[in-house]
Amino acid sequence: MEFPLNSSEPLIRAQGLGLEIAGRQLLRDITLQLQPAEIVTVIGPNGAGKTTLLRLLLGLTRPTSGKVQRRPGLRMGYMPQRLQIDATMPMTVGRFLQLGIEGVRVADALARVGAPHLAQARLADLSGGEMQRVLLARAAARKPQLLVLDEPTQGVDLGGQSEVYQLIAQLRDELQCGVLLVSHDLHLVMAATDRVLCVNQHICCHGHPEQVSRDPAYLELFGDKLAPYTHQHNHHHDLSGEVVDDCCDHSHGHAHDNHNHGGNSAQ
Amino acid sequence: MLLHSHFLWYALAAGLLVALVSGPLGCFAVWRRMAYFGDTLAHSALLGVTLGFLLHIQPTLAVGASSCLLALMLVYLQRRQHLSVDTLLGILSHSMLALGIVTVSLLDINVDLLSLLLGDLLAVSSQDLLLMLAAAAVIALLLYWLWPKLLAFTLHEELAAVEGVPVEKIRLALMLMLALLIAIAMKVVGVLLITALLIIPAATARRLSQTPEQMAGFAALIGGISVFLGLSASVLWNTPAGPSIVLAAGGLFLCGQLRKARD
Repeated sequence: MEFPLNSSEPLIRAQGLGLEIAGRQLLRDITLQLQPAEIVTVIGPNGAGKTTLLRLLLGLTRPTSGKVQRRPGLRMGYMPQRLQIDATMPMTVGRFLQLGIEGVRVADALARVGAPHLAQARLADLSGGEMQRVLLARAAARKPQLLVLDEPTQGVDLGGQSEVYQLIAQLRDELQCGVLLVSHDLHLVMAATDRVLCVNQHICCHGHPEQVSRDPAYLELFGDKLAPYTHQHNHHHDLSGEVVDDCCDHSHGHAHDNHNHGGNSAQ
Repeated sequence: MLLHSHFLWYALAAGLLVALVSGPLGCFAVWRRMAYFGDTLAHSALLGVTLGFLLHIQPTLAVGASSCLLALMLVYLQRRQHLSVDTLLGILSHSMLALGIVTVSLLDINVDLLSLLLGDLLAVSSQDLLLMLAAAAVIALLLYWLWPKLLAFTLHEELAAVEGVPVEKIRLALMLMLALLIAIAMKVVGVLLITALLIIPAATARRLSQTPEQMAGFAALIGGISVFLGLSASVLWNTPAGPSIVLAAGGLFLCGQLRKARD
């Protein structure tokens, strides 16, 4: 539309995006741009709306406010969180990679993600980690200008996780595509990301990973560096178990911080 | 002498025709877990017959039209998803069947309820056969034309959508094919047993197949064999044709399971 076909123009522009479903505000005021060949990571606690944000940007869900502009003819590769294939569908990995994409060389596509042995494997028999690689191979096989990955390391053991992120960075270099990925752990993706968006219903903070990891809004959400992996229980819950949106509201006490202070004073 | 009677050949042709398209379509019903969906459409067919009778429309045409209408409605309802789809379909399916039966008896329509419920394959006329041929041809063409898109849609709807597959149109096409199939399968196995003809051959084919295409082909073949066996039983022992066909399909499924257990 308004975009000239200039390679420095953003791939996607979102302006004031919001989504409200049945009176619940899932996302609000999301404004962002995705640049070519840039890796952007969306982090946030469970239920923060990370996947919802991806869906809005991909055009799978329509926003209730604001708008998304994609570069005309933008070719997107998408890696869903999981592929729950019915066990009654007989399909090999090789066939899956070729389905609907022209001129895919299965061997090359699988070699690219370090899984050349899977070509003849049945899709329904794959382990979590193998499935992630196959999904990544398919997303990359379309030679996308933008690669969108929803929790690409789900079901992958901790050792394999950093490998997957290295792979993503490699793909970016090879395909020169923009990458938008969702993760719930900044420390794992830090090395392989250019920019971080910390989301909890809205964008709490954003910027270079180092910078975000020191941001008060980030620390409020995820706790400090002493306990980088315990974030899942660090956000507040109300009585019904909903995550309370206290992301940028520093007036709340923080359970994790309080615990630490208590520990320090006892020494 | 029996083999010279044309009604038998009509019955066989009609049964094989339906099996040919219900096989591949049944695979999608299995992969996408649409058994309940098929049930709902099938059970509503009775109401279509009554409406056709009131409006003086040929029954197959009437059922085809009413099933398509219902399929559109279901797609719309599914999108709103306030109730779980399972529950919604369960309610609709049996309410529609009951409504159909009650209307038939209330209106005192001169139809054989049992043949509508269980099929009346041996009464297929040449006109029926032509209509069935037309509907089967439409389904077969659509399946052939949309096959890769249908597969992508079945594997992961959102992935397909991002990759440019018009998922809503594909969903609609699948529903309409199913509605058409129900209109023509009603004559063969009746509204109560249509889902069986859809699901059982596909489920049996599963064990024999390495690719989706193989599974579709085997399902059509197994459906065809079931029709042949069922019809033969019906002629030899004077059993009702529709249930005999379903029983044959069930028997073949069981054989498949036993063979697997022995391996």
